[in-house]
Amino acid sequence: MVKSESKIIVVTSGKGGVGKTTTSAAIGAELANRGHKTVVVDFDIGLRNLDLIMGCERRVIFDFVNVIQSDANLSQALIKDKRNENLFILPASQTRDKDALTAEGVERVLADLRKEFAFIICDSPAGIERGALLALRYADEAIIVTNPEVSSVRDSDRIIGVLNSRTQRAEQNLEIKKHLLLTRYAQGRVQRGEMLSVEDVQEILAIPLLGIIPESTAVLNASNSGVPVTLGPVSDAKRAYQQAVAVLLGEESQSRQKGWKSKILEGLKLFTRSPA
Amino acid sequence: MFQLKGGLYPLTALQLLGSNLALFEEQLALKIQQAPKFFHHAPVVIELQKLNPADISINFKELVAILSRKKLIPVGIRGGHPTQQAAATEAGLAILTEGGKELSKSQTQPEKSAEQTVQATTNPDTSNEADIKGTPTKIITEPVRSGQQVYARGGDLIVLAPVSHGSELLADGHIHIYGPLRGRALAGVTGDSTARIFCQSLEAELISIAGEYKISEDIDQSFWRLGVEISIEAGRLHIRPL
Repeated sequence: MVKSESKIIVVTSGKGGVGKTTTSAAIGAELANRGHKTVVVDFDIGLRNLDLIMGCERRVIFDFVNVIQSDANLSQALIKDKRNENLFILPASQTRDKDALTAEGVERVLADLRKEFAFIICDSPAGIERGALLALRYADEAIIVTNPEVSSVRDSDRIIGVLNSRTQRAEQNLEIKKHLLLTRYAQGRVQRGEMLSVEDVQEILAIPLLGIIPESTAVLNASNSGVPVTLGPVSDAKRAYQQAVAVLLGEESQSRQKGWKSKILEGLKLFTRSPA
Repeated sequence: MFQLKGGLYPLTALQLLGSNLALFEEQLALKIQQAPKFFHHAPVVIELQKLNPADISINFKELVAILSRKKLIPVGIRGGHPTQQAAATEAGLAILTEGGKELSKSQTQPEKSAEQTVQATTNPDTSNEADIKGTPTKIITEPVRSGQQVYARGGDLIVLAPVSHGSELLADGHIHIYGPLRGRALAGVTGDSTARIFCQSLEAELISIAGEYKISEDIDQSFWRLGVEISIEAGRLHIRPL
């Protein structure tokens, strides 16, 4: 019954505030835009945010913990997006804490989701404790969200180590595919030496680059209005997320082509010149 | 996560001839002056067999303190009266049988490296590679990430990838890193001062051989990001460009 192409992708970072939830929403919505049935699961039990970012906070009745504890079934807890029929969210519980998640419960719910969805995006909480560990435990692939600064890079490095040792795939000696997504990238500040460059970050993390998301007012606007960046108006960030999803789907194998990165950076430079 | 193994190790025996500890400290200081290197951080066993039976009460806590002040590492006692043995146990000393059988491996190591070996065997995040048994040289081909710890027990460690900030490499023998060293590298953790560290770019948080260590701040900046060899010369860490 499991859809052969069904994929569990964890969006993780170790560090908080780098853009995991924004990225989960934007990538989930873009996958849905492209016709893939997608669910975004909020693992941040007790600090629920995904519903706000995706603009469905007033429609939450049951949540992830209710499903794990069999107080509700999956179809009752899943919220269908009003803008895109391929997009669903499974909200976190706000009144519980991460201890409410059990490995067996999470595994069972994810297995059920696999029967329905092509892509399951797990929005991980910050840290390397229970919630974060369970969010990545059953993942097939991982998107590591990193800001171009040293503390974020170090935390990402730590989480890559955790992915290599604590996931079910790692325990079965299977590879877990890892993608680096640089967010809040400001070309001007990199040039002034206030931020690490793409090369600096890649040198340390040594995983393939999925994309570079510029520091953008579009991201802030998207969060405040509850519209995922990729469902909102045209912007530099929207284009960057669309590009990242193309690479994620393997439609563009440009990550190996020379010049792909510089093309993105060129684009960013244009945007930094135009007043926002 | 760990193995218990027996082992026989050479130890210096310190035969106690009297219970006057002030006098003892004075004489010990003189002795050490003659050969400071021989005594530096040397593990010692206190032998009580030659002690006058009248000298029953020995202040072992004070004795341990004196030895520590003199940079010796008291491991345990041999012989002695049951009362003395009880007092010695109280002071954290092991009671060794005549054959030295009760001596566990970690107790023969200098304190610092003993501490590190314990860490190496109890860290839950140790990468899978660390569990491979039966090969004295351990080869790691993947980057060693922040928070990971790799220990090459009984041999050398070779890493063919970057070693990140916040990671830790330990080996009983040499450590070779064909990439930048940004984390910690501790060679000769069981006391082998002939062990060496080689890396292609020195950016380490800490380097150590047989308990002698330098933190990032103390590493001469002129070696920063160079390919280097690190060894112990004249009892101190010595860095040489490759």
